[in-house]
Amino acid sequence: MKHFTDSTRKYTDTPCPFCALLCDDLVITNKAGTLVAGKNACPKARREFNRSSHTCKPTMNGKDVPLEKAINAAAALLKTARQPMFAGLGTDVNGMRATLALADRTGGTLDHMHGKAAAGNIKVLQDRGWISTTLMEVKNRADLVILAGTDTAHFPRFFERVLLNRRALVGDAVKHREVIYIGDADTIKPVSRGTPKIRRITCKTQHIGTLVSALRALLNGTRLQARRIAGMPREDLHALCDKMRSARYGVIIWSSADLDPKHSDLTIQSICALINDLNQTTRFAGLPLGGHEGGMTAASVSAWQSGYPLKVSYGRGYPEYDPLRFSAERLLATGEADALVWISSIGSAISPPATASQIPTIALTSAETPTRSSYTVQIPVGTPGVDHSGQMIRCDSVVSLALRQLRETDLPSVASVLASIQNALEARRS
Amino acid sequence: MFIKLTGGRLIDPACGLNDQKRDIHICDGRIVATPPMGVRPDAEYDIHDRIVMAGAIDPHTHIGGGKVTIARMLLPEDHDQHTVARTRLTRSGCGHAAPSTLTTGYRYAEMGYTTCFEPAMLPINARQSHMEMADTPIVDKGAYALLGNDDYLLRMMAARKDQQAINDYVAWTINASQALAIKVVNPGGINAFKFNQRQLDLDENNRHYGVTPRAILQTLATAVYELGVPHPLHVHGCNLGVPGNVETTLATIACLNGLPAHLTHIQFHSYGTEGDRRFSSGAEAIAEAVNANRNVSIDVGQIMFGQTVTESGDSMRQYAGHRHAHPKKWVVMDIECDAGCGVVPFRYSDQSFVNALQWAIGLELFLLVDDPWRVFLTTDHPNGAPFTSYPHLIRLLMDKSFRNDMLATIHPDAKKLSALAGIDREYSLYEIAVMTRAAPAKSLGLRDRGHLGAGAAADITVYREHANKERMFAKPEYVFKDGTLVARKGKIVKTTQGTTHTLRPDYDAGVEKSLKRYFDTYHTMKLGNFKIADDEIINDGRGSLTIQACKTRRTA
Repeated sequence: MKHFTDSTRKYTDTPCPFCALLCDDLVITNKAGTLVAGKNACPKARREFNRSSHTCKPTMNGKDVPLEKAINAAAALLKTARQPMFAGLGTDVNGMRATLALADRTGGTLDHMHGKAAAGNIKVLQDRGWISTTLMEVKNRADLVILAGTDTAHFPRFFERVLLNRRALVGDAVKHREVIYIGDADTIKPVSRGTPKIRRITCKTQHIGTLVSALRALLNGTRLQARRIAGMPREDLHALCDKMRSARYGVIIWSSADLDPKHSDLTIQSICALINDLNQTTRFAGLPLGGHEGGMTAASVSAWQSGYPLKVSYGRGYPEYDPLRFSAERLLATGEADALVWISSIGSAISPPATASQIPTIALTSAETPTRSSYTVQIPVGTPGVDHSGQMIRCDSVVSLALRQLRETDLPSVASVLASIQNALEARRS
Repeated sequence: MFIKLTGGRLIDPACGLNDQKRDIHICDGRIVATPPMGVRPDAEYDIHDRIVMAGAIDPHTHIGGGKVTIARMLLPEDHDQHTVARTRLTRSGCGHAAPSTLTTGYRYAEMGYTTCFEPAMLPINARQSHMEMADTPIVDKGAYALLGNDDYLLRMMAARKDQQAINDYVAWTINASQALAIKVVNPGGINAFKFNQRQLDLDENNRHYGVTPRAILQTLATAVYELGVPHPLHVHGCNLGVPGNVETTLATIACLNGLPAHLTHIQFHSYGTEGDRRFSSGAEAIAEAVNANRNVSIDVGQIMFGQTVTESGDSMRQYAGHRHAHPKKWVVMDIECDAGCGVVPFRYSDQSFVNALQWAIGLELFLLVDDPWRVFLTTDHPNGAPFTSYPHLIRLLMDKSFRNDMLATIHPDAKKLSALAGIDREYSLYEIAVMTRAAPAKSLGLRDRGHLGAGAAADITVYREHANKERMFAKPEYVFKDGTLVARKGKIVKTTQGTTHTLRPDYDAGVEKSLKRYFDTYHTMKLGNFKIADDEIINDGRGSLTIQACKTRRTA
């Protein structure tokens, strides 16, 4: 562990683990163990980094216990569990590695706290694939950006970091850049400031798919009979279609969590099909936004180790995938899971679904999380990028960052706690 | 720890041994010339009559990085037909064409492979590539950093920066991404695709930067040579898969002007346009050029019939190939002003004229190139076929009657157009040892791998000789990794963690000044955070780094 003095320390170009954008230009000050996020921190980062240094102990049903006792109790619980659920999964790469190892050993099932939103994208990926892009490509190449049903509010610095740049590798792209919102007037709150070229198309969230399909029909030369489609006059639709066709590098951005949850996958499918059609003559790409709380990290590590992007079960001794059967929501609601390992080491205010209160729970939670007497075992753990170093994967999936330790702490990492539990479990075998 | 392997028949081309009986002594993971005095071996293996080779090296296999994991995510149907249960020793996993990292490591080791190289590591994706390789057990690994489609290099070339400045950038990239070599994929073409160019010939300009593939190839080959990177520029040329690309490939060889280069998966770049279907073998012309140009080495990228998935940085050509996707789904991605990727599942059929001819072209190339030191055995895993088909491929090369039996079953028109039936050559065990061990180790600058001489890492594969070479190579009797017995008769008996091979070419630290400006202005990451620290790979002892030597040939 690094040594930190009582004096003030300042960290520049610091990566932030608190959203999947993984901004890495923050200035963080450590004042005798208390962190203050300064320059380049969004309100969320300010809030989350501002953690005081306090010690908190592992608990069992709300009562303080030594770490070793908590670990042994967790191992005993997992030894008898027939169908343990590993959920939450708010952790870094090493944390996920340890989670997968333990799930493999105990026949567990894995799903992320934002697994439902991710599933909309994964379903489309596995059904048809897509043409996609990354943040830096959008920043430097996109001359037309369409936000389908999202105002990117969950990604507080998205506009600042990706769309409002004055300079770009392809100079024309920013000079002519146009940003168009398509979505519900009530929920879409344009967050941008300072660019005059933002247009807005009001359309109910559940009609975005219809609008996109109509655009696709137009693009392919179909004549539309209806005067208005999803509330939009046909002429405007023609104009939008022409605009898309004449873009040099167009991007459609969506956030599965912001789409109509009942059929987000169908909307995403229409978007991806439209993008494919546009690529017959010009360049267009999609950018799915999501993956907060280590969601992209968890799905990626799970995919390379188990073959599947979560919703995977080791119950039969090998990885099995079923996005419906193996969702945490379902397994907890039906009571099929008989133990829960809840991992939430990043954000400070996230709890397991209420249905989990029926079964014994081992909770690995960030130090700011209140103690709960309903948890059989609760072990406060360090936050990657705050209490220990680590690695995380960004929302656009191929870019990852190394996170730093910013303060001295006794908090163990998720990886080390899970490794200890696994060791205790192996010791119990004999 | 002292281990003795007694009585084996060594085939070790790097040390000039061809079926010579020798004992091997292993001390603490290394081969030693003489056994330690007065010490009894901790373990002795009687391997009389067994064939002994160094652990095999795969110089081109897509095992780690963004596109590999996209392929894994894309294809649950690839996995649920090929599940691997957990054992007391090994983790569970799955996969045929896009296996999980754990399964990949075990299967390579079971086949006697002890070192694997990911050939297409995007620098921006390098951190994830290393994470995935770290989760690939037993085998050593390393990666080639992709350059030549990054806007940074193309801007430098457009601004006519001198070779020295480019050398510094190339060396910086190798250091920052913890790479072992440099690869270029469809030089400038991935970048051009982002400007909506759909093809890019050797002398065609990138619309935006006005730079040609020829210039990129020459610039990067020169940089790699002058920096003394042991492995020559690893080239995935222009026009992959395009009928008639044999001309492009010959022009590519000529444009190198004698500079060393490795032309990878050359099978996909050896197509003519003869015959009724305007698709024919260019293998003869390519082999002739390779034989005549000693600065060039190749690997084949042999295809095998069956289901696989193609994973490539070449988004331009993968986009063009999406029409052949099977099953009908595919991903193309533009990545971070660095490069791109395309993932297209593919089913090669022996009753498809084109696929059958591709199969024959690959074998023609193997058999027509004279010098096994300059042709490496690959299927471009998984693009031509999964790496698990290597034993079958070895049998095709070593057994003419088996090869002709197979040839008789493919599409009859492809058979007619191929010269394969008239080629009598059969590879010897010695030549197989060259192309799967000695030659790749030499090419990559791995001085203590790929041979059985004193000082080598004790990566050793022991085979029981068999008339059926597929059986012989599928399940070696013993596989040792750094002196530890890891596999026995095709089953893992112990899991270990291999090292990561990297390189540290020198560069002028001043290069970071303009890089920092570029990162601050255009990037979505800070320069300092882009670089991969040693600790990230060492990861508290889970991994390790082995730094290979460079021999600078700087002209200035």
